[in-house]
Amino acid sequence: MITATKTNLKYTLTALFLAVFAIFTASANPEESEKSEKFDAGKMIIEHITDGHEWHILGEDKGIVAIPLPVIIYSDKGLDVFSSGKFEHGTASYVGKYNYKLNETGEVVVVNDAQQIDEAATKKLWDFSITKNVASLLLSAFLLLYVFLTVAATYKRNPNVAPKGMQSFVEPIILFIRDDVAKNSIGPKYLKFMPYLLTVFFFILFNNLLGMIPVFPGGANLTGNIAVTMVLAVITFIIVTVNGNKHYWGHILAMPGVPKWVLIILTPIEIFGVFLRPSVLMIRLFANMLAGHIIPLALFALIFIFAAMNIGLGMGVSVLSVAFAVFMGLLELLVAFIQAYVFTLLSAIYFGAAVEEAHSHDESIV
Amino acid sequence: MLNTVLLEVGQTGYGLAAIGAGLAAMGAGIGIGQIGKGAVEAIARQPEAMNDIRANMILTAALVEGAAFFAIVIGMLVVFIK
Repeated sequence: MITATKTNLKYTLTALFLAVFAIFTASANPEESEKSEKFDAGKMIIEHITDGHEWHILGEDKGIVAIPLPVIIYSDKGLDVFSSGKFEHGTASYVGKYNYKLNETGEVVVVNDAQQIDEAATKKLWDFSITKNVASLLLSAFLLLYVFLTVAATYKRNPNVAPKGMQSFVEPIILFIRDDVAKNSIGPKYLKFMPYLLTVFFFILFNNLLGMIPVFPGGANLTGNIAVTMVLAVITFIIVTVNGNKHYWGHILAMPGVPKWVLIILTPIEIFGVFLRPSVLMIRLFANMLAGHIIPLALFALIFIFAAMNIGLGMGVSVLSVAFAVFMGLLELLVAFIQAYVFTLLSAIYFGAAVEEAHSHDESIV
Repeated sequence: MLNTVLLEVGQTGYGLAAIGAGLAAMGAGIGIGQIGKGAVEAIARQPEAMNDIRANMILTAALVEGAAFFAIVIGMLVVFIK
């Protein structure tokens, strides 16, 4: 008797929960959707994953709420600093040293009096604006500095006391990177590379996690921007090149223990590999984070695509979409940690290869 | 005549990019499936090493996914770059 009522209760509660969910997601009025333009899924997805001159919070068209970020343009005529609010979300132009306007992809271009894009003048612009990605970068840099300077000051103040608070959260991760990543991959000279490895791990981790938060101040797709991951990969490449010893370059340019005729094929492949490895680092992080952003966006776009056909269909799809997006979000949380770890581990492995000393196995093998 | 041929090629490009992305997913699936197979068999042989094996499995899966993502990026380039 008792189990039957518990099951009944469970079923009723589940149905009630789903009904409430469905009602809340169906708040779009059918009349409004006929007045406004057709929903463009591709445009919505692109808007959310690319950089922009304003930080969009909610709404669109008339009821838009966004933070206008400063636009800083340096050209041959001088410096121009103004708020991107002057662009009125891409509709108006602003007359500074040149006549500026936003084009369809959100970049600043020069227009002439007839509102046509002046290509030659646009080429002379250097855009140093604080865009959404730059603002997010500054925020995560501030967060990193705050966390680690506080923790470092606490360690300096009480050196031999058990950690508590933020320390106890950060210490196991730092020890993990030192022992399992740096010491294992680099060996005895690991201390020189520890600052960079720790920085890159926490930088990527904080930015990945901030990008997953849907509301301001999170939600800027920083690590899914190929320019950012390229800079990280270039820094790894520079460190490897600067720290490469004779043994490392010897292995690349003239691998010992192989016949001379094989070297003709092997050396170009090895040199190609020197440039390929940081490129792969760059693409791996970029593609993982970009895909992680596109998947929930595509699932939510699906709701609106179906709602345009039939509002009831939209309601039904929204329940499934949100459930699936939550599941993918949890997976992306795991991916955020894994990608930061993999970038750091591979950088450590490349550093280890660069500073490795010669072993006896390098001489020709029997 | 060349114009219509080029228009055809444009649309075919999108379709081929989609097929490429599908092949990439297939490759990733096969690769990670084999990693999982090896990991599970290793755990069955020696249950005490489960944590080490799990860590290595996740790491290797991330590396194999990197290769699959290359193909996805090429597909995205086809679709989004005019």
